[in-house]
Amino acid sequence: MSAEMRRLRVTTPEGVEFSFRIASPVLRLGALMIDWALVSSAWSVVALLLKPLNMISEDAGQGVMIVTYFVLSRGYDVMMDYSWRGQTVGKRVMRLRVVDVRGLRLTFAQCVMRNLLRFIDCLPFAYAVGGIASLVSTRGQRLGDLAAGTIVVHEALEPAPDAALMNGQRYNSLRGQAALIARLRREATPAEARAAWQALARREQIESAARLALYAELAAHFRQLGHVPESLVDGLTDEQQLRNVVDVLYRDRA
Amino acid sequence: MIVNLERFISEERPRWERLDAVLRRLMDDPWRELPVAEARELEGLYQRACADLARLRTYAADPGVRAYLEGLVARGYAEIHGQRAAGVRVHPWAWLTKGFPQAFRRRAAAFWLALALTVTGAGFGAAALAFDPEAKEVIMPFSHLQGSPSERVAAEEKQAREDKAHGSNARATFAGSLMVHNTQVTLTAMALGLSAGVGTLVLMFYNGVILGAVALDYMSAGQSVFLAGWLLPHGSVEIPAMLIGGQAGFVLAGALIGRRERKPLGARLRAVVPDVATLCVGASLMLVWAGIIESFLSQHHEPAVPYAAKIIFGMAQLVALVWWLTRSGAGTATNPDDVSTRRRGDAA
Repeated sequence: MSAEMRRLRVTTPEGVEFSFRIASPVLRLGALMIDWALVSSAWSVVALLLKPLNMISEDAGQGVMIVTYFVLSRGYDVMMDYSWRGQTVGKRVMRLRVVDVRGLRLTFAQCVMRNLLRFIDCLPFAYAVGGIASLVSTRGQRLGDLAAGTIVVHEALEPAPDAALMNGQRYNSLRGQAALIARLRREATPAEARAAWQALARREQIESAARLALYAELAAHFRQLGHVPESLVDGLTDEQQLRNVVDVLYRDRA
Repeated sequence: MIVNLERFISEERPRWERLDAVLRRLMDDPWRELPVAEARELEGLYQRACADLARLRTYAADPGVRAYLEGLVARGYAEIHGQRAAGVRVHPWAWLTKGFPQAFRRRAAAFWLALALTVTGAGFGAAALAFDPEAKEVIMPFSHLQGSPSERVAAEEKQAREDKAHGSNARATFAGSLMVHNTQVTLTAMALGLSAGVGTLVLMFYNGVILGAVALDYMSAGQSVFLAGWLLPHGSVEIPAMLIGGQAGFVLAGALIGRRERKPLGARLRAVVPDVATLCVGASLMLVWAGIIESFLSQHHEPAVPYAAKIIFGMAQLVALVWWLTRSGAGTATNPDDVSTRRRGDAA
């Protein structure tokens, strides 16, 4: 399935279109495992807290434990999905969110529905039904999602755009090189331009050695892409070269 | 058309950050009600972000900014346009007295179908056992139902006499197991609606078969009073709850098949989800009650508890249940989307 098919496009009444990136089954499995581990841990603590009940009545203690486990294991997903706007702890860690297929907030009924149908998706073992359904579905929906009208999306971490990333009024050795700039803009795909932008935007989040290597690789790639003469980048660091490239790719476009 | 992306970002970024901050606050507290001024600000910022995104769409090489703005607009859109359906608080009493019974009545046809299947199954089970008593093992694969009804009644009454003399055994573990098991069976009946109703149909029929066979077995052994005293206290709630699970399954199946509606599948499912969820939650709560009654009353027999008292209790409970489901909340119709909850700001 192509990357384009794994996106859900929504058009708002204002006429603006945005898209959700459908979460991959692997990420969903990761979130599921985290939630499972969390519920298991929580249950260990709750069971410990309920143990004194056995001293009063072993039967009462057992009864309360059975019901509490059922409520905890079934109620966790419903309550978390609703109160955390479509997220559980596992989904938050994996940057996933459940949303209505129309892009709206989840209703309580949708949270109940998608989670009650979870056990059908688990059949016959290891989420086989749900896994197959989500692979077949263009929206990655398991049966619970299909019935509840929900999808699970991946929310990439997008830093706020920073104009300072562009060189502004500072000297840029590439500026004025009309042919070179046109070539760079023609040859660089949106994904490549975005990669350069993101590399600079996340500068502080990347460990120094990895950052130097990344900038060197990107700078070399753009030098080759735009056939940049050595004289224009002579003495410039890879990071400065990258800033110059981002500057000419994004600034002063008409 | 954006002439200068740098200037565009510099000018608009404070508004985007403000919108991000408002949305974050809303996400951190799902129960938060926005003051009017803040709601107006949110809408204004959202409209502005929409306009910015629309302007950016004409600008080819701007994936980072566009992705950021798309994320903001998506979150704002969900908050602003999703508020009517989702921004609600749970009001248990209103749900119990209006939401659940109204949902039940709206989908009454599916309940009658579940009931008809169970009754047909009961007739089949009784007939099968009448014609072939040897089939008991197959029809009722439960160890406690395999023996002779008269022997079981004698054993239960002997246990009751001992309980009366030495104090009754507590039944909390049994109650807990019953609640969990019955709730799972009921939710299965609902979930099997996804098999276009075939699974729900089979489950309702099979439940009826067991019920009919058990009833005939005890009645033909002359244990009708014991049977009524044993089944009515909890069965008058448990059996309707399971039928409601089947009702939810048939509602789901109806939306999947959608023979009479010319809407897309998504729209058909969306229309029934609130009622199906309401029916499931209602049936689960009924089963919690039934589990308590079955453990602490139904399993106590004469001389500990007179059969007459148990039968009267069961009948009274059934009448109350019928009244609740058919009359409660009548004349105060609510939006189907609001059945599990009640809108913010509604009068108490």
